Amino acid sequence: MSATASIEQRRWRRFTPRQRLARFAVYLTLVVAIVLSARTVEVIPEFLYDAPEQMRDLLERMWPIAWSHYPKGVHEALVETLHIATLGTLIALVMALPVGLMAANNVVPNRVVNYLAKLVLVSSRSVNSLVWALLFVAVFGPGALAGTLAIAFRSVGFVGKLFGEALEESNRGTIEALEATGAPWSSRLAWGYWPQVKPAFWSIALFRWDINVRESAVLGLVGAGGIGMALDTALNLFQWDRVAMVLFSIFSVVVVAEIIVTQIRKKIL
Amino acid sequence: MIYALGRLDFSWDRFVTGLDNGARFIGRMLPPRIAQPDSLAKGLIESLEIAILASSMGILLSLPIGLFAARNLMPVWATWPARAIIAAARSFHPVIVAIIFVKAVGFGALAGICALVVASIGFIGKLFAEAIEEISLKQVEAVRATGASFMNVILFGVLPQVFGRFIGFATYQLDSNLRNSTMVGIVGAGGIGGTLFSAFQRFDYDFVAAILLSIIAMIMAGEVLATWVRGVFLEKGKVDGE
Repeated sequence: MSATASIEQRRWRRFTPRQRLARFAVYLTLVVAIVLSARTVEVIPEFLYDAPEQMRDLLERMWPIAWSHYPKGVHEALVETLHIATLGTLIALVMALPVGLMAANNVVPNRVVNYLAKLVLVSSRSVNSLVWALLFVAVFGPGALAGTLAIAFRSVGFVGKLFGEALEESNRGTIEALEATGAPWSSRLAWGYWPQVKPAFWSIALFRWDINVRESAVLGLVGAGGIGMALDTALNLFQWDRVAMVLFSIFSVVVVAEIIVTQIRKKIL
Repeated sequence: MIYALGRLDFSWDRFVTGLDNGARFIGRMLPPRIAQPDSLAKGLIESLEIAILASSMGILLSLPIGLFAARNLMPVWATWPARAIIAAARSFHPVIVAIIFVKAVGFGALAGICALVVASIGFIGKLFAEAIEEISLKQVEAVRATGASFMNVILFGVLPQVFGRFIGFATYQLDSNLRNSTMVGIVGAGGIGGTLFSAFQRFDYDFVAAILLSIIAMIMAGEVLATWVRGVFLEKGKVDGE
């Protein structure tokens, strides 16, 4: 009798007080952060008022697009951008394989090695590809080499992290069967893990290539080769019709890359 | 691939000279030195402000756009323009968008905010639309059967189903805006990127190292915070008083 009474008296709530407090804290911090930022950020209102006018001016200068500039200055740079993206992705794949293996706890059951590999992956990801490009331009001088290495070093973290996660999710059954036959570590890797993670690996590679095509287009702004250099030159000379040409070609390459990736993914998956 | 290698004019000599340069370069980066603490602090704070404002505005704007782009709720005349906006926002790197906005609204944080708002619309709009397309229509129908208005169908039938995933995208976008807000300064759109780039051009490599370390620290703090916020919202509700 008393049990039913207590159930009736009990108040049902969706969240515990701690959860509600935490949510409230998040909302409060969010509002405070937005208000503080909005009040202190340096925005000059006059610049905002004449933005539509400036925008119109910009579009007028961009039109007509300088199509004739394409064979002279853009084509070479565009091809170079694609080379940077492709080579950078390939180098990243080669580097990410061992690091991804070391990061997966079920492949290398050693906490210290896992931790070190994860540290490498995190530091690769937390440096933006433009910063990597700045560093490599300082080391190797301006040009495509710096761009390729920047793309490669930025991608290692991404590919390695996802590859390591795919490895950790792989099925134990096959591996145990191989272990039971006395297969050495290398055979277990080649016949146990690799067939399981192969589709994931190629889909990560394609995904990263797609991102890299976009990223390599801006690396030239810091001197690391590719179409960004053409963009930078046109911008510095205020040749907006050429800027429009470059932007248009970047846009088309990005769209084509996305179509290619979608088609290949349909075929292999 | 060999063709590509040949075209890029790599050579072993260049690589070796590079390594030599690299050693000298790292030598000059160590120890990191904070040459101008004021400009460092100001840049970092400005980057943070750009990220916060751009994320909040971008998320607010991408909600209706994502909703309009969901094919299971909206007629074709609404999804088509919304999808076009999302695709256009996604096709350019934020730094390129920032160049355009620097021209439109002048140098400074405003251009950076606008550029990252565009990036956020592209990313969240797309994922939000996909999330809505995957919801169960049973709940929507049930709400509709009570005679609820269109707004109520959205509020009580659709949004509760995508809220969890939405928090995921929003925190991810805040994180990614924080990363990008440190970069848009390279083209003059405010934030720490400008400080970094000018230190590079003055060959103040020890200051560069200090800036890079503080950017990495800020990004890692942001990542920890984002994980925590996800934990707060995605934890399953428990019954009070047990």
